[in-house]
Parts: sequence; C-alpha cells; structure tokens
Amino acid sequence: MTEHLKMDEVQPRLLDETTQGAIHRPMPRPEGPLKVSGRATYAAEWKMDNAANGVLVRAAIPKGHYKVDASSVEAMPGFLGVYTDRMPRNAAQGTMNTNPAQIGDEIQYLGQPIAVAVAETFEQARDIAAALKIDYDRDDDVAAGPDTAQQVNEKDDPFDQGDLDRAMADAAHSVDATYTTKGHNSAAMEPHAALAVWDGDKLTVRASLQMLGYNRNELADSLGIDAENLRLLSPYIGGGFGSKLGISPEAIAASVAAKELGRPVRVVMTRNNVFETVVRRTETRQRLRLALDADGKLTGIGQENWQSNLPEEPFAEPVDLATHFLYAGANRRYGQHIAIVNRSAAGSVRAPGEAVGMLALENAMDELAEAAGIDPIDLRVANIPETHPENGKPFSSRSLAECLRQGAEAFGWSARQAPGARREGEWLIGMGVASAARTNILQESKARVTLNPDGTALVETDMTDIGTGTYAILGQIAAEMLGLPPEKVTVELGDTDLPKASGSGGSWGAASAGSAVFLGAKGIRRRLAERLGCTPEDLRLQDGVATGGNNRRPLAELMDAPLSEIGHLETGAKSNDVHQAGYGAHFAEVAVNTVTGEVRVRRMLAAMAAGRILNEQTARSQVWGGQIWGIGTALTEGLDHDPRTGHIVNNDLAEYHVPVNLDVPDLDVIFVEERDDDANPIQAKGIGELGLSGAGAAITNAIYNACGVRVRDYPATPDRIFSHL
Amino acid sequence: MRPFEYVRAETRDDAHRADGRIIAGGTNLLDLMKLQVETPERLLDVTRLDMHEIDEAENSVRIGALVTNSDLAAHPLIRKRYPVLSRALLAGASGQLRNKATTGGNLMQRTRCPYFYDTTQPCNKRAPGTGCQAIGGVNRILAILGTSDHCIATHPSDMAVGMRTLDARVEIETADGDTKLLPLDEFYRLPGDTPERETALEPGDLIVAVHLPDPPAGAQAYRKVRDRSSYAFALVSMGAVVSVENGKIASAAMAFGGLGPRPWRDHDAESVLEGETPSRALFDKAADVLLADAKGQGENDFKIPLTRRVVAAVLSDLTGVSQ
Ligand SMILES: Cc1cc2nc3c(=O)[nH]c(=O)nc-3n(C[C@H](O)[C@H](O)[C@H](O)COP(=O)(O)OP(=O)(O)OC[C@H]3O[C@@H](n4cnc5c(N)ncnc54)[C@H](O)[C@@H]3O)c2cc1C
Repeated sequence: MTEHLKMDEVQPRLLDETTQGAIHRPMPRPEGPLKVSGRATYAAEWKMDNAANGVLVRAAIPKGHYKVDASSVEAMPGFLGVYTDRMPRNAAQGTMNTNPAQIGDEIQYLGQPIAVAVAETFEQARDIAAALKIDYDRDDDVAAGPDTAQQVNEKDDPFDQGDLDRAMADAAHSVDATYTTKGHNSAAMEPHAALAVWDGDKLTVRASLQMLGYNRNELADSLGIDAENLRLLSPYIGGGFGSKLGISPEAIAASVAAKELGRPVRVVMTRNNVFETVVRRTETRQRLRLALDADGKLTGIGQENWQSNLPEEPFAEPVDLATHFLYAGANRRYGQHIAIVNRSAAGSVRAPGEAVGMLALENAMDELAEAAGIDPIDLRVANIPETHPENGKPFSSRSLAECLRQGAEAFGWSARQAPGARREGEWLIGMGVASAARTNILQESKARVTLNPDGTALVETDMTDIGTGTYAILGQIAAEMLGLPPEKVTVELGDTDLPKASGSGGSWGAASAGSAVFLGAKGIRRRLAERLGCTPEDLRLQDGVATGGNNRRPLAELMDAPLSEIGHLETGAKSNDVHQAGYGAHFAEVAVNTVTGEVRVRRMLAAMAAGRILNEQTARSQVWGGQIWGIGTALTEGLDHDPRTGHIVNNDLAEYHVPVNLDVPDLDVIFVEERDDDANPIQAKGIGELGLSGAGAAITNAIYNACGVRVRDYPATPDRIFSHL
Repeated sequence: MRPFEYVRAETRDDAHRADGRIIAGGTNLLDLMKLQVETPERLLDVTRLDMHEIDEAENSVRIGALVTNSDLAAHPLIRKRYPVLSRALLAGASGQLRNKATTGGNLMQRTRCPYFYDTTQPCNKRAPGTGCQAIGGVNRILAILGTSDHCIATHPSDMAVGMRTLDARVEIETADGDTKLLPLDEFYRLPGDTPERETALEPGDLIVAVHLPDPPAGAQAYRKVRDRSSYAFALVSMGAVVSVENGKIASAAMAFGGLGPRPWRDHDAESVLEGETPSRALFDKAADVLLADAKGQGENDFKIPLTRRVVAAVLSDLTGVSQ
C-alpha cells in the first residue's frame, strides 16, 4: 500500500512526539567501516572476469572536426576496438532527463571525449588511446574565453524593480564594485567510472551517479533504448558535488562498446579526464551595487554577472539566487551574460550560484558596512526583510538574525579590531563575517519501508548516498518512526529497480527521500494502531514494543508477516506559496603575512539553521565540507585556461589546489534550533550546500579586517595581496 | 604507459646501461610515464644498490643518492649543521612523497610546466622544435631568470635550493667508472636552444652521492612562498646563510627556487652584501643585482617584487635588522 502526501499544508511534528531517540543525535554512518576497509565496492572495482577496459580519447584541438583511424592501433597488444558512436560532448546537466549533447564528428573544446579505446587491460587501452591516429580538420576561430567570445547571450528578461540608478545616486553610502572568480572543478575523490553489461537487449550499468531516476532516462535516450530495459546500480559514490548529477561520457561509452563487443566494458576516467571533461563551475565576473540610506537601510541591490558555456548548453550559474531574497531594498536589478566559448561545459558544482554569488555579495556588504561605519552584523540584521522583497511571499522559518547573533557570541566577535590593529610579528590578524543562505527545495520521492515481525526493518529506494550520510539518516528516520534501534534497520539504496526518489543534488535529498521514508513508516504505524486497537495519534512505538489505548504488545505479537508500505511524497502548494531557505552565518579569523601576502585561516565558525537536524554528526560533516570548500573558493582553487585554446591546463591535483590539511584549521559548527513546518513533514531543510554559501566571504572579509586590503579577484592568492601591503 | 622492461640493478655496472632509465623512488618518473611524457623502454631499478648512507668525512658530508628526503631531513647531522637543507626538504611535497623520494631523484625531477605534461601540445623540452606554449600561455609558476625564447620552465626542487646555498657538489659515476664532482650550477644547464638537455649527465651516468662541504659560518634560513600551506611548489623560495661580524656582513650565500631553470644563485648579488652594514637599503640593492635580468612573462611578473620582499625579509631575519 502507499502512504501519499502532497505537501499542501503544514504537517504535525510527529518526530517530536516519538520517543525512540534514534533521530537528531550524532550517529556515525553505518557504511563507514565498509568504506574505510575497502569493502564498499565502487563502480570501477566491481569484479567481472570477462570485462574489457575502455579509456576515453580526448580531442587535442579546441575546435574543428575529426576522424579516427582505428587501423593505426589495431595491431597493438590487447586491442579490442575504438568507438565514436553516440559519444556525448559532455555530461548531461542535473535533472535534464534527456541525452546530453551528442555532436558527431565536431569538436568544441580541447579535452572533449571523442572516442573510447577498448582493450583487455586498462594499461593497454590507455596506450591505444594515446597512439590512436586522429585526423583533425582544424577551425582556428577559437573563443578561448569570455574576452574573445563573439557570441554573448544576455538573459532575455533581466529582472528590474524600481530604479537602481536613482537609488545609487541618492544613497548616503554605496558600493559599486566588480568581483571575479575563476572556474572550479568538483574534484571528487572517486573518478567517474562505469561498468556496462548487456544481456540481450537488457542493459545493466554500475556507475557513480547522483540521480538514478534521471540518469536512467538520460542514458536510455543517449543510447536510443527503452528506459525499461536499463538498470543502474550506484550503491556507493565517492563524492559527486554536482559532477555526477547527469549521465556522463564514460557511461555512454561503456554501454556502446559493451554492445559492440558483446562483453562487459568498464570505463574509468583518469584524473586528467575528470578535470577536462566533467562540468566545471564557470568563471564569473560580477558587478555588485548596493545603496544605503542615512538610517542604514538598503534602498538598492544590483548584481550583474558574466559567465561562459558551450553552445546550446542549457545551464547558467544562478549567481544571484540568494541575492533575490536575502536582504531588503526596494530597487533591484540583475543581469546575466553568457559568453559562448570553446571551454568544457559549465554546470552544477556544489552550491551552484551561492558558492561564487555569495562570495561577491557578502564582500560587497562588508565594503558597505565599512563605508557606512556600521558593524557588519548590525548592517545585515537591520536589512532582513519581513517578506520576500520581490514577490511579497511569506518566508518559512528564517533564523538569519539568530545565526548572526549566536555565532558572534560563540566566536568572540566583540574582540574584532580595526584593520591593521592586531599584529603578531610579520602577521596581521583579522576577523570576518558573512551570511549564508540556500534556497530549500523539495522533490517528489518514493521509498518502501518494510517492518518484520522480528523487530527488524528494511528501507528501499533508488536514492543515492554520495558520502553525505543518506544511509544513516534514512535508517534513523525509519527507526524513530517504528520504535527500533537504528542498527535494526537496513537501508538499500542506489538501484533503479527500487522506488524512485529525488536523487542527491540541490541539497534536497535528505528532506525529500527522508520524507518518503517517514511516510512509509507512518503507513505502517497506522496499520499497527489498527491492530492494537488505538488511534495512530495514540500509538507509541519504542524498542520493539507498541503501546496505545490500554494495550502494550511486542511487535511480534501484532504481526506474523512483514508489513510493507511505500511512502510517496509530492511537492505541493507549500513549495510555491512560501519562500523556503536555510540560513546561517560564517565567521573566520585569518592571519595575513605582510611580506608575502600568504593567508592562513586560523579558525572558522558556522552557525547554521536548517530546520530539524536529523543527525548532528552527518550534518556537521556537511557544514565542515562547506567551510573547507569556502577556504578553497576564497584562497586556493581556480581553473587555469590557456588563453589561446581555452584548455584547462592545471588538470591534476598537484596544480589545481584544493585545501590540504594544513590549510584547514579547527572548524566549529553550531546549529540554531529550528523546525520548518512549511518545508515537509519532517520539518528539515537542506544543509549540504548551505555550509559553503558565504563561507569564502567570511575569509576574504577577514583578510580586509586584518590588513586593509580588499581582494575582489578570487582566489586570493599571495600575488593578489602582497602588492597592496 | 608503454610496455617496458624492468631490470633490478644488482651492481653499479647494471645501472650504467645507456639503454636504460634509472628509477629510484619513482614519484616523478612513474607519473610522467603514465602520461607518456617519458617513454623509457627499460627501467633500471637502483634501489638495491649501496647508496643509502650519510657519511661524515673530513670537511664534508657525503649523502648517498638513495637517501630518502625524509631520512635526510631528519638526520641529526643535517639538522644541526645544515638546517637550511633540512628545512628545504621539509618544505617540499608531502610526508608520503618524501618517504619515497630520493636524493638523486629529487635533483633529477622535471619541471612542472603544464605544457610539458600534455603530449598533444607543443613543448620544446618534451618534443624539441615544436615551440613553447608557456610563453604567452599559463605561466604563473614559471621562470623569470635564465630563460630563453625556447623555454621558461623552472626547476621545481626545494632540496636543490638548500644544496645550492651550501655549495653542494654532485658525485657522478660514468659508465667507464670515472667519477666527477660537479657543483650544481655546472650540473644543471640553462635551456638556451636545447631545453631538452637539462643536466650534465651523459647516457650511462649515475648519480651516486651529493657532497656538502663544511657549512659556512653564520645563520641559516629557508623560506618558501606558496599557494597553499603544504603540498605546493614554490612561487619563490630562498635559502640563505649569512654571517655578521662586528656589525658588517662577513659572508653571504643565497639561492632561490621558483625563479629559474635551476636553483638560482648570483654571486654578484652576494658581493653587494659582503663587507657592508646590514640595512634594508642594502638588501634592496642586492635584490636589484639579483633581478637585473629578470624577465616576467605576464602572469608571473609578480615574482619580481615578491622576490625583493623575500630577500629583504630573510636577510633582515638573519642579520637582526628590524623591518
Ligand atoms: C604532487 C607532488 C608534489 C611535489 N611537491 C614538491 C615540492 O613542493 N618540492 C619539491 O622539491 N619536490 C616536490 N615534489 C617532487 C618530488 O620531490 C620528486 O618527485 C622526488 O624528489 C623524485 O625522487 P624519486 O626518487 O621518486 O625520483 P624518480 O621518480 O625515481 O626519478 C626521477 C628522475 O631521476 C632520475 N634518477 C633517479 N635517481 C637517479 C640517480 N641515482 N642517478 C641518475 N638519475 C637518477 C630518474 O631516471 C628520473 O628521471 C612533488 C611531487 C609530487 C608528485
């Protein structure tokens, strides 16, 4: 049976009534021991005796046409084949649900996958890929970057409210500044991999993917097969961060080659492939305008951005996503310009929009606070709007002020001094703050929950766990609802044969799939209540015992066969009528070296409000991850594109600088108590990206507070600082 | 990676084969082989040879070519008498890499120029005569001194900068059993129009040791400026040994990483200092001489002012001048 809910109305806070104590509390991920002992089998590790190995062949020119000459490598050891058929230009964008661009013999960026070379072993295939003769018909009219692009698409209808120019002219204090960010790569630990196995016209693919429901349709469409005939398995994923949202070249190539060869084919991306071909976060240029009146109230906000992508690629970095609702101000303008370039596809990288948009906005806010002589926290708190400043919708839970205030207290913000005041030898020390905001999204989800008479339970859904803790929290929700210790609940994920959930992305996974599990368990509670002879409201389940009315019975006495329910959550009016977002505040203390401009982050604190916190440990880990990404965004990470070809030349982990241990100081996280009744029946909001939103700005604002240098081009590498000292 | 033959050298003679490529820790060579930047047909594994010792002799220390970077950095003798070398080593790579990396391999590691790494693109060092893409390209980490129109690569080693500061000499055994001792500026060649020839090693030559003379008098320092706190190559690094007597600089040795195709040392810049009273103005004058021929390539222009600052800071520290 199915327990269905369309989220049109506020639901009772059932998880505050239940008494098992399985939820909220910190609980380690149950699959953790498997992962750290090498027993969690990732896509590429799946043993299959007769599997052949494929390596992607990359285009060596940025633009033109190509033809491969397979005869040039046929005689090489282990050769099985070279295939170009259906090769996609890049991965599908998140939730695309159809095939990604497949452009035949055309090349649009250097590094584009143009063929797959298949051999008995990986080493042989890599060798063949390198030796393969390719005839290029080169087109020299290359748009290597936004500056040389001939085509720039402006967003048709840039949002415009009131008169920003006027507001700027009349302002008591204003900021009009331009910020730039370099491109980013997700750099997930596990490289993209797929193992394709055909059985007649049925295809099974083991892959590393974030959204199986969509990915199944995308792969089927790419191959021209019926989605019914395709099964995807993705039980373990070594990080995704957006780069595994859509089906990507290795899965299509493995499927095509496996069909041709009549045997399983595995394709694993090299680290260089990952940097060159998975979606990048676009570089951005952003013009921020802020107008403040004499009372310290914002009267205007403007954010225009310039970015880049491949032709016809349906994605734009939503740079101004949070700007629309974070602060008040009557006059508002946005604009977006997308240069069409010969660079790899731009797409979702963790916190698309906020990661770079909030970096610029929150720096501009700091500049405004400085110009007006107002404490940066006071400025932010004074400009929190009552309702959505552009469409007037009410907000759901919104604890921004509490996060800023509680965070300031915990961090010791009152000890902050003027720029240049705190010196330790060569180092100047400073503190910075920034707001965090991330739109909260709910997606349709299903999950099957089965309760067994022996007091164990099973949760099944095609939901994925990309290292975030999905196994843990879905088990905890079921355990809490069914009154079982969490270790009695088994969670099966990552299989398209199971009920379809939201997938992992957009920070919506925990709330969406979690609500489906909640509903499934709620259906079981209803049936147990009937058997016990009480109302569902009166039912209490704890440690395998049901209590209700005047009865108290162990589960085993209430059931002689498993009870199974599918929970089905659909989005409803609440997604439209109420504006929902998670909020937070980031604090950072940095030291800036006055000789070299090197920056060391000394400590960070994040105060986060994201509705119900389902598991304090996995939630904290998500925020830590966000803070660390904030360090990378602010200080170290950036894709370097060759100015003539657009090619990403720092395509390995030696030269693309993610923060290392020594870059990451003690990270503090506090959660501000909240329930979001409008969000979903479990009152939780997304937290996977909130921790990154604004985190970098707290650091760059701290740089200013330390040494008086305002860095507007990121990452803030030493060369961008020392020359001003 | 192309198929190759693997030979374990049991004797020095096995290692002198001109048709083989020496492998020690493998931390650089294997990466390059996977990318086919290097395609040796035969690897000669020298790690069983007797070159693991650090020996103290009269007026010198002899470091075997197979001593790992970790062991060398931690050796009491090195820490006590040659701290500039110990610190340079510890500023390089990561703990795991230093455990594998050897003294000989570190000297011979190849540039980190991104164009050198991509076999589908031109690079005069990798494929002579094809051109230099780094000129006019992404060159933020590349050289400002000793470059040519053919190549602007840097030598990336930290260890070698420490050794250059200390007047180290490389002991080379040739295929016919002769031994040469070369100072580092003779060991490393400038690119000129043959950037593919990086050192004085001839086919069949083996580095067997590095000799450090007694350390010069004075205080030692190593400073490295980089894009993240660890596990990043130097934007600019500096090793220095300076002694002050009666308020005047008696002797000064300075070597630099991140600036040139070899660990960079300029005796003219050092002589500016010698016999003078230390002061910020004096340090700037030395930097002027050091950087007189520096040529920025756009993205790496910042290395010129950054080097000046590092010179002033390191020398101020060593001579007690307040900044
Ligand atoms: C990600 C990363 C970061 C790094 N960061 C730094 C850094 O910050 N600073 C730094 O200094 N280094 C850094 N390194 C480089 C590291 O120090 C070198 O890879 C290492 O020192 C090479 O030593 P090896 O013994 O592994 O050499 P191998 O890889 O075995 O050999 C390298 C070369 O030396 C030759 N060779 C080896 N031994 C001999 C011999 N006895 N005689 C003649 N030729 C010989 C080989 O033929 C080969 O050409 C980094 C490396 C990596 C991978």
